[in-house]
Amino acid sequence: MGRPEKRLIDRRLGIFLAGLFLLTVAVPVGNLWMAGQPVPTYLVALIGKYLCYALLAVALDLVWGYCGILSLGHGAFFALGGYAMGMYLMREIGARGVYANPVLPDFMVFIGWKELPWYWYGFDLFPFALLMVLLVPGVLAFVFGWFAFRSRVTGVYLSIITQAMTYALLLAFFRNDMGFGGNNGLTDFKDILGFDLARPATKVGLMMLSAVALAGGLILARWVTTSRLGKVLVCVRDAESRTRFLGYRVEHYKLFIFTLSAMMAGVAGALYVPQVGIINPSEFSPANSIEIVIWVALGGRGTLVGAALGAILVAAAKTILTGALPEAWLYALGALFILVTIALPTGVLGALEGGIARLKRPAPAQEVEA
Amino acid sequence: MKAFLRMVLVLLALAEATAAGAADFATLVAALPAGGYADRAKVVRELGLSGDGRALKVLTALAGDDLKVMADGAVVIVYEKTGAAVGAVDGTDKGTPAADSLQRIKLNNAVRRALRTATGMLTLRDPDPAKRLSAARDALRAADPEQIEALDAALAAETDPAVKTVLAEAKAAAVLKSGEASEADQLAAVTLLAQRGDEAAQAALAPVVNAKDPAVAAAVKKALADIAEARKLWGLAQNVWYGLSLGSVLLLAAVGLAITFGVMGVINMAHGELVMLGAYTTFVVQQVIRADAPGLFGWSLAIAAPLAFLVAGGVGVAIERGIVRHLYGRPLETLLATWGVSLMLQQAVRSIFGPDNRDVGNPSWMSGAFHLGQMQVTWNRLWILVFAFAVFTVLLIVLKRTAIGLQMRAVTQNRAMAANMGIRTGRVDALTFGLGSGIAGLAGVALSQIDNVSPNLGQGYIVDSFMVVVFGGAGNIWGTLAGAFTLGIANKFLEPFAGAVLGKILILVGIILFIQKRPRGLFAVKGRAVEA
Amino acid sequence: MTHPHAIGGLPPETQPQLYLDGVSRAFDGFKAINNLSLVIERGELRAVIGPNGAGKTTMMDIITGKTRPDEGQVLWEQTVDLTKLDEADTARLGIGRKFQKPTVFESHTVEDNLALALKADRSPWAMLFRRAGAAEAARIDELLGTIRLGDARKRLAGDLSHGQKQWLEIGMLLAQDPQLLLVDEPAAGMTDAETMMTADLLKSIAGERSVLVVEHDMDFVRALDCKVTVLHQGSVLAEGRLDAVSEMPEVIEVYLGR
Repeated sequence: MGRPEKRLIDRRLGIFLAGLFLLTVAVPVGNLWMAGQPVPTYLVALIGKYLCYALLAVALDLVWGYCGILSLGHGAFFALGGYAMGMYLMREIGARGVYANPVLPDFMVFIGWKELPWYWYGFDLFPFALLMVLLVPGVLAFVFGWFAFRSRVTGVYLSIITQAMTYALLLAFFRNDMGFGGNNGLTDFKDILGFDLARPATKVGLMMLSAVALAGGLILARWVTTSRLGKVLVCVRDAESRTRFLGYRVEHYKLFIFTLSAMMAGVAGALYVPQVGIINPSEFSPANSIEIVIWVALGGRGTLVGAALGAILVAAAKTILTGALPEAWLYALGALFILVTIALPTGVLGALEGGIARLKRPAPAQEVEA
Repeated sequence: MKAFLRMVLVLLALAEATAAGAADFATLVAALPAGGYADRAKVVRELGLSGDGRALKVLTALAGDDLKVMADGAVVIVYEKTGAAVGAVDGTDKGTPAADSLQRIKLNNAVRRALRTATGMLTLRDPDPAKRLSAARDALRAADPEQIEALDAALAAETDPAVKTVLAEAKAAAVLKSGEASEADQLAAVTLLAQRGDEAAQAALAPVVNAKDPAVAAAVKKALADIAEARKLWGLAQNVWYGLSLGSVLLLAAVGLAITFGVMGVINMAHGELVMLGAYTTFVVQQVIRADAPGLFGWSLAIAAPLAFLVAGGVGVAIERGIVRHLYGRPLETLLATWGVSLMLQQAVRSIFGPDNRDVGNPSWMSGAFHLGQMQVTWNRLWILVFAFAVFTVLLIVLKRTAIGLQMRAVTQNRAMAANMGIRTGRVDALTFGLGSGIAGLAGVALSQIDNVSPNLGQGYIVDSFMVVVFGGAGNIWGTLAGAFTLGIANKFLEPFAGAVLGKILILVGIILFIQKRPRGLFAVKGRAVEA
Repeated sequence: MTHPHAIGGLPPETQPQLYLDGVSRAFDGFKAINNLSLVIERGELRAVIGPNGAGKTTMMDIITGKTRPDEGQVLWEQTVDLTKLDEADTARLGIGRKFQKPTVFESHTVEDNLALALKADRSPWAMLFRRAGAAEAARIDELLGTIRLGDARKRLAGDLSHGQKQWLEIGMLLAQDPQLLLVDEPAAGMTDAETMMTADLLKSIAGERSVLVVEHDMDFVRALDCKVTVLHQGSVLAEGRLDAVSEMPEVIEVYLGR
């Protein structure tokens, strides 16, 4: 956690955004217009997926890196955003499903439902679905955070109940009678806003949209964290009790950032689903949520850009390793968790910049009451 | 025409025989193909009453559609596989008749019912008491007034008290059904069934609730109400038992965590994997025993338990010395690092033993079940409950009564002071962590008896066991005990209403809300130091 | 909210800033505060002394709403019931608290530490859009002068020395513009010169604000030259000038042992 610069777009963010821009230009050109197609279409979807992960990591970094809330349930917000988008995509299929029912998705026909449940109403409208992408994770985070922060549940206790939250959702979404496709989730999407999801151009478009969302998310997060509010968040992280004694309502600050972060995670999920073509309950599994944490920890907690980089690095490593040496992936991921926490507490970015700047500081602040 | 004549003759003979009181076995068998379904059912009943040892074989063949009539009118049993036929009465060889020359003896539901009752009556005389008991239960279920005679005969001959009780109850049910006995007899029958008080008694009494005799009807009504009440209580008891059983599993999974998390304040996300290692240790021990000393199989769990404790405890000490030690005071980092360990342990086990479930056997004393009143109790669940309490007790003694327990408590309360007193805090940390981990291994031995032993075994328990510790209140192993059983019982009581999955979700939501109210759990350690 | 006239036994001519009456608080049966009564007048400087475990920190916790008393009355400016409020509420009312161990925001600069402490709208929404202004900069300059950290304004608070952190925390306290300052052992870990300087600073603050100092260091208390309250086992043992109090036999007994 280096010394924060005051500018909205500091050098770190500037470099990253420039790289992101190059990527959004190079990938479409390489995929759609160059002879020999140096960027195959599967790679486009893969890059798009990584960018969604990066946005999710930025969302987690907002709460963990800046406010000290280690959420082990951020995968839930991601998945809820994904389900909201998935519901739109299901309705968009219309009568082209296996059972050719113009209203009911295939899985509902399959389990013998006659009518669309009320909570599926409106998802045939894209703007409504977008609203839900933000609202559903946001409201869950708000309600959950309202209870948790007001009663001052902190530290590992908070982490454990966020894990319980996503676990409960996992179990719930596995149930067929929840009306979200149970085990199989939502899949077999055809198109989005009339664009065929199977076409390379659509995939390129979605990937570019993900890049824009990531850039927007980073700038928004940077704006929030460089504001006065962002400084109070760091106060809460480093000395929560002291912050209260200065007259700040710590729970309101936590609630604000937790809800904002959940909505960002929801957007990431919504962009992720059309690119991978499926959303199912496994996205709620506690293991997924913990993996997000290692992205942030590896990249560098409290750096935003580091979180995004960490997500891309780990996800790419996962793709490569699970393809080449499937046995080795969990060993590598496990070792990463151990190494980063013990040897790289400031993450790759922190270590890099720390190495350059050689900032010498005493041990981190401790809570007053400890 | 010839067939018709034969039928008339047989019927006449049968009428004569019935009139005489006891029909000849051969005549009865010969009469089986004759007449309509009603006649056939009557003959079957007669055969059942005959008590003839050969009748059971004939009736079983009839039920299995193996009793045929040959062209010459002889009734034969045809063996399905070979097609060979033997005489139904005397067992003489009748060769292998052509399939199309044989005539079937058709059955309808009434005849089948008669067949069941008749075979039941014949089995009531079987030399094997277990078979007689089962036949008596069938008779109770059938409650057939026409069996009263046969039941009386069986009751007179019966020596086994358990069978005798059921026979008497079956007779009571039949007597009530017929409604022809004296009021006193009927009331006695109601009393007898009310004493039985289970579902079968309920089924026997329910049809006679509108008996003609008002006194009997009232008695039946009261008996039914009593039975319903009793069954509700037994149902409750059964649910409590299921809850206790789940609670004991949760206790085993969580009590090790209560040491590492509750006492030391270390979040060990690899706890579930240590449980898994215990289960795999059991698997390996059983493999070795199967291969080299099959006679020791009954002892396999007793041998596996200390080994599992050592394996899991050893891994735990390694985790503490290698990783956790560097992260004291940084609980969130500890959580992440031990999660990494859990991934590696899972993959290691997957690489060595494969991803599929491994077969861990139950020794004979762990299998089967017994009835306690109307409650079914399986031996493995009972032993696990006993084991959980034993582990808990030993742990309490270790913590409260031994030198190492004293040192553990000293180090966790005031590390610097303990170090000044000459306690080697590093060694105590490692031992404490090892103890918690070893207990996880013991849990694995127990869980291998009721759960699938796979690399994912631990994942299923980690959220639950954290919930138990957090709910019970970290730092208090009595809280863990209370938490485990509260959650276990609550879960089992929610299941009938909400279903297993929804019940579990409700529990999780309940705990999340509970932590808001009491962030330090059910049995919070109170005091100024904690409050600060 | 209790109406001022509801308070029994209070002389009408006094206007106490803080009023504690019959306050008790037990932890697991141990009475940390036992029937404690204390009145701080507006603008008063008061020192509270007492052996370890006398209940000084718990008393401050109760005043700031961190701990709820089991019984008793705690009133702010005769009207506001402090037992219903939490830390943020009491801070907004104008109660500033300095901890025994200096606690500043180590990842922020000295300047930011002060800026965050300045009296202003504390809602997240307001904080999200607030930007530094000229008035704010002037106020910070003034505070930096008072606490003699002008040269360190751009340094991270975590890089300061122990004494500098103590001063920064006092500066943050002043930035809050509180009506009452609760100061817990400010002289701990300070050199003699720093101790005397701190005493002077607190004396200069008193008058327009009320100050309640908890301290062990008798030289420091003497330098404060104010009314002293002796706490023992959670209640007031004696009250008065230091010279008078230190001659009371019960005080001597508590301090020197039986």
